[in-house]
Amino acid sequence: MQRRVVVTGIGAVTPIGSSVPEYFDGLRRGECGISAITRFDASDSKCKVVGEVKNFDPLKCFDKLTARKTDLYVQYAVTAAEEAVRDSGIIGTVDGDELGVYVGSGVGGINTICEEEGKLQKGGQKLVSPHFVPKMIINIAAGQIAIRFGAHGPAMCVATACATGTTAIGEAYRSIKDGYQTAFICGGTEAAVNALAISGFVNCMALSQSEDPNAASLPFDSRRGGFVLGEGAAMLVLEEYEHAKARGAKMYAEVCGYGATCDAHHVTAPDPEAKQTIRAIAQALDGVEFDPARTYVNAHGTGTKMNDLVETLAFKSYFGDDAKKLHISSTKSMTGHMLGAAGAAEALACVLALTEDIVPPTINLNSPDPELDLDYTPNEAVKTPIDTAVSTSLGFGGHNACIVLRKVER
Amino acid sequence: MVLDRVKEMLADRLGLEADEITEESKFSDLGLDSLDMAEMLMDADAEFGVTLEADADTNTVGALVAKIEALQNA
Repeated sequence: MQRRVVVTGIGAVTPIGSSVPEYFDGLRRGECGISAITRFDASDSKCKVVGEVKNFDPLKCFDKLTARKTDLYVQYAVTAAEEAVRDSGIIGTVDGDELGVYVGSGVGGINTICEEEGKLQKGGQKLVSPHFVPKMIINIAAGQIAIRFGAHGPAMCVATACATGTTAIGEAYRSIKDGYQTAFICGGTEAAVNALAISGFVNCMALSQSEDPNAASLPFDSRRGGFVLGEGAAMLVLEEYEHAKARGAKMYAEVCGYGATCDAHHVTAPDPEAKQTIRAIAQALDGVEFDPARTYVNAHGTGTKMNDLVETLAFKSYFGDDAKKLHISSTKSMTGHMLGAAGAAEALACVLALTEDIVPPTINLNSPDPELDLDYTPNEAVKTPIDTAVSTSLGFGGHNACIVLRKVER
Repeated sequence: MVLDRVKEMLADRLGLEADEITEESKFSDLGLDSLDMAEMLMDADAEFGVTLEADADTNTVGALVAKIEALQNA
């Protein structure tokens, strides 16, 4: 019999809330998490607004000694993982050998790299911290989570840029479905609101240069001019269905499909024909029965000119006339683009849609683009029955990832 | 003087009060691993103008203070 995979724990640190209840409340209300940059002096920056995590206290999850040798991107990851693992109640019920960790990041510990480079330039090698390498490497979020929860299964860093979170969840789903593991802590994390990263994104013409927080992250809007950088982390506990059922775990949703492809076209630009995006969606929905009118699509929806065009083309190509019936939105309108964490935060938006029959909105969508003519759920959340949720993520490097979740049938 | 300053440096790292640390306190009991010790010695070099090398005998606050003072007086 086919093994099924369910979501039994969720955790989040986002620009609209540093826990799942706050994040979900923000999604329901259509909260805007975008505001002026506070992390560095942005007076010379062409980019003025970002989605920063507010009021984050690492000491909720770490002692002081550990916090100071842990990069912010790992602090976000561990905080979200702690929430998800506690929520799941899985520790003590699963053998540590059967628990894996797939947690990725787009960028890794860039704040630490910048800090230590500053010390090197100032005083040479003797000033560089012994903690520098284990603090910034991109796999250390997965490593730290494994240490914390005694997870002795495979612990890996998935890095597919902006598709990272979705890829991590999809790969964990497959590993459980195919019988390699019983459970995973999986998701993505990012903390790249930093002068160097912003400069790089600005100069590769990816970021919105709007100064108005309510007119900057504008997916599917005719005024869109690039994405707004967000940050944070989101984690899920995925678990084999019979294991979850036997221990009486609460089940938020079932993961029932995953697709992964690569454009192999260009480092940053998507294939204008979206061929591989369409194929990723097709793989993920292969064999899944769904009613388009009861389906939520959490689009990648970055708010760049090309992404939103190509993604809309992909939806129309795959779903045909049914594309108009789909409930689509981009929650990046609220959080900004959380890069490696985006796919995982968006999987949680799918969980919200499935558990509460609520479609989170695309906020600030006031000037529709005539070329984009699907239902992107403008401005207000919509209460409507949702049975299936699809989340797409596309990353620099041409990575396409798509996961499908549905209500749990018992 | 060196003792007070070393206690302050440790207290700041660990989120403790300086008087919770004594000359007898072992670094391993305080929760410092080998990388934390390496960093502590680097910071002590800068603070006291000495060049400390890690060695197994320097495992208590008192031993580190004695070593710093010996180097300062050398």
